[in-house]
Formats: sequence, structure tokens, C-alpha cells
Amino acid sequence: MLAKPRHRRFSGLQHGERRHSYAASERHERRNGNAAVMTNMTLSFHLNGDRVDLTGAEPTMTLLDWLRIERGLTGTKEGCNEGDCGACTVMVTDESGPRALNACILFLPQLQGKAVTTVEGLAPPSGGLHPVQQAMVDHHGSQCGFCTPGFTVSMATAQLTGETDHDLTLAGNLCRCTGYAPIIRAAEEAAAKPAPDHLPTTFKMPVDAPGPAFQPETADQLAAWYVDHPEATLVAGATDLGLHVTKLMRDLGEVAFLNRCADLKGVTVTDEEIRIGAMVTWAELLPEIAPYHPGLAAMLRRFASVQVRNAATVGGNIANGSPIGDGPPALIALDATLHLRQGDTRRAIPLEEFFLDYGRQDRAPGEFVEAVTIPRQPDRLACYKLSKRFDQDISAVCGCFSITVEDEIVTAARIAFGGMAGIPKRARNVETALLGKPWTQDTLVAIAGEWETDFTPMSDMRASARYRLTAARNMLTRYLLADLGQSVDVLEIEA
Amino acid sequence: MTEQVRKPLPHDSGPLHVTGRARYIDDIPLPANTLHLAFGISAVARGQITAIDLNAVRAAPGVVAVYEAADLPFANDVASAPVHDEPLLSTGRVNYVGQPIFLVAATSHHAARHAAARAKVEIAEETPILTVEEALEAESYIEYPPLVWSKGDAEAAIKSAPRIIEGRIEMGGQEHFYLEGQAALALPQENGDVIVNSSTQHPTEIQHKVAEAIGRPMHAVRVESRRMGGGFGGKESQGNALAVACAVVASLTGRPAKMRYDRDDDMQITGKRHDFRIDYTVGVDDTGRILGVDFRQYTRAGWSQDLTLAVADRAMLHADNAYLLPHARIESHRLRTNMCSATAYRGFGGPQGVVGIERVIDHIAHDLRLDPVEVRRVNYYADRPLDAAPSEGGVAPRPAATTPRDISGQEMDVASRGAAGAFPVEGTPEAATDGQTTPYGMKVEDFVLHRLTAKLLESSDYAARKAAIEAWNANNPVLKKGLGFSPVKFGISFTLSHLNQAGALVHVYQDGSVHLNHGGTEMGQGLFQKVAQVAASRFGIGMEDVRITATDTAKVPNTSATAASSGSDLNGMAVKAACDTIRDRIAGVVAELHQVAVEEVSFADGMVRAGSNEMPFAKAAQLTYEAQVSLSATGFYKTPELNWDRLKGVGRPFFYFAHGAALTEVVVDTLTGEYRILRTDILHDAGASLNPALDIGQVEGGYVQGAGWLTTEELVWDGKGRLRTHAPSTYKIPACSDRPRVFNVALWDEPNPAATIYRSKAVGEPPFMLGISALLALSDAVAACGTTYPCLDAPATPERVLDAIDRVKNA
Repeated sequence: MLAKPRHRRFSGLQHGERRHSYAASERHERRNGNAAVMTNMTLSFHLNGDRVDLTGAEPTMTLLDWLRIERGLTGTKEGCNEGDCGACTVMVTDESGPRALNACILFLPQLQGKAVTTVEGLAPPSGGLHPVQQAMVDHHGSQCGFCTPGFTVSMATAQLTGETDHDLTLAGNLCRCTGYAPIIRAAEEAAAKPAPDHLPTTFKMPVDAPGPAFQPETADQLAAWYVDHPEATLVAGATDLGLHVTKLMRDLGEVAFLNRCADLKGVTVTDEEIRIGAMVTWAELLPEIAPYHPGLAAMLRRFASVQVRNAATVGGNIANGSPIGDGPPALIALDATLHLRQGDTRRAIPLEEFFLDYGRQDRAPGEFVEAVTIPRQPDRLACYKLSKRFDQDISAVCGCFSITVEDEIVTAARIAFGGMAGIPKRARNVETALLGKPWTQDTLVAIAGEWETDFTPMSDMRASARYRLTAARNMLTRYLLADLGQSVDVLEIEA
Repeated sequence: MTEQVRKPLPHDSGPLHVTGRARYIDDIPLPANTLHLAFGISAVARGQITAIDLNAVRAAPGVVAVYEAADLPFANDVASAPVHDEPLLSTGRVNYVGQPIFLVAATSHHAARHAAARAKVEIAEETPILTVEEALEAESYIEYPPLVWSKGDAEAAIKSAPRIIEGRIEMGGQEHFYLEGQAALALPQENGDVIVNSSTQHPTEIQHKVAEAIGRPMHAVRVESRRMGGGFGGKESQGNALAVACAVVASLTGRPAKMRYDRDDDMQITGKRHDFRIDYTVGVDDTGRILGVDFRQYTRAGWSQDLTLAVADRAMLHADNAYLLPHARIESHRLRTNMCSATAYRGFGGPQGVVGIERVIDHIAHDLRLDPVEVRRVNYYADRPLDAAPSEGGVAPRPAATTPRDISGQEMDVASRGAAGAFPVEGTPEAATDGQTTPYGMKVEDFVLHRLTAKLLESSDYAARKAAIEAWNANNPVLKKGLGFSPVKFGISFTLSHLNQAGALVHVYQDGSVHLNHGGTEMGQGLFQKVAQVAASRFGIGMEDVRITATDTAKVPNTSATAASSGSDLNGMAVKAACDTIRDRIAGVVAELHQVAVEEVSFADGMVRAGSNEMPFAKAAQLTYEAQVSLSATGFYKTPELNWDRLKGVGRPFFYFAHGAALTEVVVDTLTGEYRILRTDILHDAGASLNPALDIGQVEGGYVQGAGWLTTEELVWDGKGRLRTHAPSTYKIPACSDRPRVFNVALWDEPNPAATIYRSKAVGEPPFMLGISALLALSDAVAACGTTYPCLDAPATPERVLDAIDRVKNA
């Protein structure tokens, strides 16, 4: 009935432009046809210590539905069904360690070969409570209790990995009752206690058979297959694509899951460039990029939530083409190059040229994002994410600045914005106007008129056009003042 | 063993919550043939349905049945208000985006949702009434004429005052965002009966509406509610539609039926906090003392009446907050608009009224260059003397005995706050003529905010920090700090006075274990644990001997909603009455056995003592059973001394007041309007707390929720009446890092002078209003950018803060 146009985080998916709309019977036949081919296709993972082998699983069934409906494990809750509240948080462990993920936007094939721990699996099999659970009871960390399973899983995951920045690890778990104070007290107490040894810190399980959807092991396999199936939907982290299923109630048609493509992962740093594989998650990128561009790392702490950063990929955030994704403006400000591949054909383009218009990217059928590279450069990057809520919100404006100043004169400037146009977009006129000018507030005042020539932002539920433009202009002032050593960061202020 | 009351015991369901074993409606194992329901909803805010084509819905996989209004066998009505203005399914008119038009029953939740999306509904659109201005222009009112309450002669007092200040504040509504969405499950029984499991704060209303919808007496409907995953007022009336839909389908098909809203549907279909615009004119002297004030309150009620009359009344009742207003006039406009029907939300209009007067005080302080805390103290009611004796215990007689009214045949839900406008008041109350009185003529006799404020200012180091912040701001051109102080005085009781009653059912078994039931519902506030502490204390036994059970209309009938912060006041007293009945019976048996006077029998430490003899409580229970004396009792309580006329705005609507105060410090970025709450200090009056840990939990949680309402939680409707913020991706409740960096919360542990359960005070709603200090702190920081008053509206999103900064800078 209701059209629900949505612009949300747009991170983590790659999908074709066209939308499938099969008639029900046609889809049914198609599925049955696939099922015939996939009879031996098995999805294997561990659930709370026990091996699970599923045959005939629907590839776009979410882990949350499977847990609650198929397995009757109702401890994991549905709060929003879009990855924004964390009530469905589960722990997923693989070779790289345990991670908190939102089960509501996690498709079953993404679990292939991994270990899943739900709230029911936290307590030691020998009895008693997990230290996090005990601390939550002792510190009155639950009131209505509905968000509590998600919190305890997030907290247990953090305890296992040794992460003690609770504002960071719990930003993706919403609680409406407690005001968070008792939860933080519980987290602090639990962090000081040893993690129970029944929870795996790493997990690896050989997979006997392919899963219920195409799941290539290499970029070569993907490239060959995608040329033949250009209308298929590529699933990377599913943090946005998941919503196409849960909220838009779309049939994704033929899908391929890229999570097993090992050669699309990894961050490589050379003297010339930083190469980021398309399937690198934002959580993985954060520590890798921090030594080179701490401003990006700082912004990534506010990029969605831990659960989303653990799933969402750099490639997905780009390929998805959203005008409000936080990744592209930062990468564009760093002069990033996008590496696309179609079959055996590769091409590299400046990242900003990938975004043609709202909803339209420079990507051919069967072509996918393989990597993005950033030239090595002296770090001048600052990223300013502006949203109603500080953490886990979609940017109203995301401004990313890299401005080089020599002898108090601007010699180079790259400024890119999300939220200011239908695509991630550079402030080219502002950049040009800055070049050769003194690096002072007077200059910023003098060139203030350039902003309107670069951007005509829109008004929506996040911000008005006027505010967007004012804030964007002021962000450059903030960049300048920070450069001059003024105190401009509310996060650094204490009572 | 000390008494169980006063102990900081954890929530009774804590271990179940943390292990995922606490069961909510959606977790209940279902019979194999259960049907799952979904509504098809209107995409248009106002219009007439001209055609409905549901063929594709019926043909969708898994669909078993589709119902329109004409298919409903009995009452098509889920309204709380007696005006019957909320059909379950539209009968042709649509009045808001999200209004249910048809109902799908399918074999799974997803099948029902997918099918509902396939309908073709044609609606002849009409121009919706959306804004306050549009509603005033169209004279679109829920209640007309606007209600006006007066004390003294405000107009004359203002006119003759040395200074007159005028202004306006707009404050947005608020989505409840209970983490558990609305849900219900109906299980058909033999003989046409039905058992309903509902996530509801008001099982009796569910029972009533379901009974009407299936054409059966209330005795055919049993409603059970073990717990809610949050309520906050959003489950007082908004669960009716789901429960009724499930019961009707169960009744028609003989199959169990379950319904839960997807989050986006929940946020579009159900009501929210009322938004308000408040215009004010105040006359003051040079010390900031208010001589007269005039408030005009405007609220958008949405498309139906629901609980609006009572909500808007409470906004008027809190227009004074903590301040003695010598002359006051309060005018209230309840406007009908084409939006979801605004409903109960923690504070129930009180917070909106309090924001109005706090804005006035803040505006006065700014214009007179006075310390806002001092202006508050100048205007405070006088404290109750420390040496005043507490009120007598027990139940005081009602002042004016009212003759029973004939309400038969009115087919109204008399247990709903929505019935507020339906009862004429007999034995009309008079305004008190002695002592300090509220604008509605009630004496204020239990005020504590002078001494509470003094203690909070001292513990929070107010004076020194205020000076330090001024110095800091002088040295920081970009970032500005602000301090905000706000007190609260909140009236406790349902303002529909007859709702102030509660029942309990207590069984003691032969082994001394106790089965506890009462009319209150558990939504996370810890009510069940507090009441269990009362029961354990009455019998002198341990908590492990008291079994808390689900709220059940078959055990305790005719309950009021768990609302108005009344849960522990009312149900604690009812349980106490039931326990004391049984205790007296046991005492009688034991006294006779040991040949002592009944008064010499005592209950403590798990033992029953009679003179020098003692025995375990279990043994005493067994003896009582053998003596053929009943170990089961009901208990009942009604709040004394209430007498209230809402139309005249005169009387005593409240049994007592609860108080609190907060001081909040913020930092604001003047380039973008972004901000952080740096520190909050709270001192809150919970009387002699039944459970300090649970009460502090209410204070901390209430503060953050209140601050969220006034800062980041913005509801945005577009020009066609479509809510654009209908999911957590776009509607932003506070996240973990939004809590104050430093958060000091303490209880003001002075026993309630009123004879409440163990002299405790209600604590559910009052601390919500402490979040207002966050808005005032932001305003203070903005004010540091210039000399004019910021007039900061709420929610104070970064955009509104930056707008205010620009106004102040450019003035």
C-alpha cells in the first residue's frame, strides 16, 4: 500500500540496477529449478557449539527469522528489522575472531563455515551465568529486558576481544528504559573478568559443499560468473540489501554472496598507495587506516554501528551509489581510484567519476568493484560527520577536507561532501577559489559565495537545504580553526 | 532479616532478561494452525475510499482470509474515548496515513505483510489538516470550546506589572520506541470464549474492547499480560487494534491468531506524545517574581480523541510546575488533525505544561539578567515545614460523598482515561481559600524543592561551575558551554478520579509459599518486584517465597491502566490489604493455639511469633489450613481525598506531589549546532523508596528519555501528512554515548507525608521532566553567543541550535 522510499546507510551491497519482478508462479518454478540443482548444496555452521547442516535453505532468509521461527530460539529479538536497534545482535566467529552482527539483516549463506553464538549460548554449559549476564543483573542493567539479549551479546563479544571502549561497542544497541548508565556500569565490571572459555575466540570449519547460493571463492570465479549473470544481485555485507528483503519486501532474484572471496579482502600498503579490497569491512579498515589518516578513522567510529561496520564493506558502500554514504566523500578527498572489473577486463577511474547522477553509476552490466586505492600522501584529511544523533546516525552532511598549505598559502585542496547533492560530490568551485589564497578566515569569508555555485542541497527529514549549506560552509571554518590550533571538537571537552 | 521493602533488589526478571528466557508475546510457542495478521493501511492522510481491489491480496501465497469493515461481526471500534471515533477498519473515510483499512490473515507473519502490500486502494484525496494554524483556521477541534482555567485576574496583574514578557515555544511530539513493538495473540476457547495475550498496560480495556468486538460479555474474555518490552504510555490504548483483530479472527475462524506490527508500521499506525505550541505573556517585578501569567496551549491531537482530553488537562495542571502563580489564566486548544492520534506518553501532558513555565522562567531570568536558579527560588511554593507531622495512615473518607451515576447503556469504557470528558462532577469542589494554592485551587502542602534545590546546588557545586563556565565561554569563540537547572513538581493520581483504585489477589499455600497477583502490569519499571517486596514484608518472609505472576483479568478484574505513575501506589496498597487480611487470619489461628492476644502475634524473619513461641511461616500456614481458615484473599484500595472538576479546573485532582531537580551542563559547537551533555546531577524525591535501585533506574532512564524528547527525537511529517521518520534509521532516540558523561543521581529520601504504601512516592513519570534541564542548558550555551534570548524550540536538533545561534549572533 504505502510506498516507502528509503535512503539509509547504503553500505555493504552491490546490486544490479534492474529489479526483478517475477510473477509468483514464475518465481516458484525458478526456485524449484534452482532447488533441483542445489539439492546437495549445504549450509554448514556452528550454532552455540553444535554443528548445523542445512539443505534447501532459502538464500535470503535472515538469521533472525531462522533462529526464531525455524529453531524456536526466541532469545534473539526483533526490534526494528533493519539493523538499527541491536536487539537481534549475535556473535559470529571465524578465523579473524568474534564479531557482533545484526541477525535481522544477515542472510544465512553469510554464515557458511562460521560459528554463531546467540544469547542462549552465552552462559557456560556447566551452569551459572556469563560474567556479563551476572553484571547486568547485579547493576540493574535490564528493565523491560527486550534489548537486553542484544546488549549482553555485544558486551560478551567485546569482553572476548578485550575492547573496553563501551560507547563504541554499544553504539548499535538501543535501550529505551535505563538511560544506559547501569549498562555501562555492568560493562565496566564485566570487562575486568575473564571470558568464559567455552566461547570460541577464533573458528574455522571446512565446508564440504557449496551453499544454497553462488558463493565464489575468488574474484576470478565471480568475474566469470557475473558476466554470464549480469542481472544477479551481488551481496557483500547485506546491511542495506537486507532491508530490500525485510522492509521493501523485494525478491532479490538470483543472488551471489561475495563473503568467501578471499582475494577481495585485505588492505595492502605500499610506498605508492593503500589498496583496499572491495570486501574489506569498515571495521577492518578502521585500524588499518588509522596510522595514515586518523581523521578518517575518527569518522569511522561514528559510521553506523559496530554491528554494521562488522558487516558493511568498502566496495558495497561505493557500488551502492548512495548520496549519503560516509565512505565515498572521505575517499574522494583522498583522491582515491576505483578499480572495476568485468570478466577479465579491468579499468581504473577516479572515484568521483563513478557517481554519475542520483541512482546512476558508471558501472556496466556484469561489472563489479574490485578494489579502491588511495595514493600515499601527507595526511591533511579531516572528516566531519553531521547528524541529529552523534552515534549511529546517517549523515545530514558529511564533509571531508584535505587542504595543503605552504607558507600560509593554499596550494592544493580536495573537498568532498555527502548529503549535499544526489551523489557524493566535490566542492570544485570552493577548491579552485581557495588555491593561492592566504589560509585565513578572511579568505573563507571572501569565497563564501562559491558554496552556492557548488551545491544546491535538498531539504528532507534529516536537515533543511539552508542548514546543510551553512553547516558545510562552517565545516571549512572548523577545518581552518583546527589547523590553527583552536579548540573546535566537542568530544575533547569535559565538564 | 530486615524487611524486604527498601532493599535495592534487582528486577525480578533480571536473570531471565539476560539469558533470553524472558518471554514476550512474540516468543510464545504457537499452536500449529495459528494465523498471522497484518493490516493494509492508508497511504493518504484524508479522503474517501472509492474502490478497493483485494484480489491480489487474497491470491497471495499463504493468505487464508481478508477482512474489510463490513466483514466484522460486531463492534468495529477500538476507541478508548467514549465517542467511538476509532474503527478497527475504515468504513470509507481515511483520516491519516497509516489508518488500517483491511486485515489479512495468513499462515505466517511475512506472508501476511507481503500480501497486504498487494492491495489496490483508490482514495479520493482531500486536503489534510496538518498544522496548528490549519486546524485553527478550520476550527477543527477535539473539544470545543477551548478549556480555560483561571486563578485571580491574570490580565490585570500582567497589565500592572513593572515588566511584561511575551513569547512562544514549540515542542515536538515523541515516539515511544518501546523496543518490543505492539503484539497480541488470541487463543479461541470452547463456548466462544477467548484468551488474549497482549503486550498492554491496560488488560481491562483490552478485555472490554475484545468483548464488544466478538459480541460476548466480558466474562468470555480473559486477558493476560506477563510483561511488556517497554510501554511508556504507548501501550495504554494503542494495543486495542491488534488484540481486537486477533480476537475477531480467532472468533471467526476458530484458529489462534497473532499480530505484531513491523517497526515501520508500528511507528506509522500508533499514536505518539502530543506536540504543543505554548504562547505566553507574563508580568513580573524586578526580582523576577511572577505577578500574573497567561498561557495559551495548542496541541495537535491527531485524527481521533483517544486520551487527548486527559493529556491536555494534565498539561494545564502542570502549567505552574513548582511555582506559586498569584494570577494565572490557562487556555487549552485540542486540535483535530489528519495524523496518527496522539496518545499517552510518560508524563501524559505534564512535561509539555512544565516546559511552558520553565521557558517563561528562563526568559524572565535572561531579560532581567538574573540567575535563573534564583528566579526559580523566588517563585517556588513554600516548603512544607520539616517538623510537620505526616498525614494519618489509613484511608481517609472522601470529602463529598457522590451519589452513584447511572452509566448503563452508555457503552463506554469507564476504565479508560479517554472517558475523562464523559463524567459530570457532582458535589462540585471549591478552590481552597487558605494557604498556597495551585492555579486550580489545590493547596500545596508537601513542597520540598527549596531544601532539595539547596542540597543539589551544593552537591553539584553550582556557583563555582557557573562562574567557571562564564570564564570558559569568554575564552572559547567556537565552543560554548551552558548550564541548565530545572525542578519538577508532579501531581500523583489519575485525574479521572474513579480510576484511582486497585485490586489484588493473594494466595498462601500450605507450604507457606505465596502466589501474588494484582492489577498492575510490568513494562520494565520493576513494579512486580516492588509489590512482591511489599507482600514479603507483610508476611515477614523472604522474596524466594513470593511468586510473581502474570497480570490476568480473571484473577483481578476491573483494573485501571498501569499509568499515571500509579502502579506501586495503588497495587502496593491493594496487595498490602490482601496480605493483611490473610495475616490477620493466620494470627488468629496462632493466637488461639498459644493463647495470646492476636495483637501479640508478629511476622518477621520467616517466623511467626506469639509471645515466647515461634514457628516458621510455613508451619503457621499449614496450621491455618488445618483450622479450616481461608489462606486466600482479595485486597482493594482507593485513593482518598480526591475531588476534581475538570471543566471548571477546580478541586483536588492529586493525592500528593513528587519532586525532583536536575542540573545539566552541555557544550555546543557554534559552527554546526552539535552538542554533548557533559554532566548531569539529579536529586529526586521518591519518598521513602520501596526499592532505591529500581527507583534510581527510573530516574536515570526518565532523564535520558526526557532529554531525548527535547534534543534529537524529531518527528517529521511532510506536506501530505506522511511521517518521514518511521524507523530508528530516521528517528533518533538517545544512544549509549548520549547519556551524560558524568551522571550523578541520588534520591531525596524524605518519607511521603501522605499515607502511601510505606510512605514511598510514585517515580515512573516525574523524573522524565528533569530532562528539561538539558534543553535549558543548550539555550544557556546559545545565549552565550550574544545578548538576545535564544527562544530555542524543541526538539533542539543541531539544526535548531544553529538557527538559534544565528538569531542571537545576528540580533
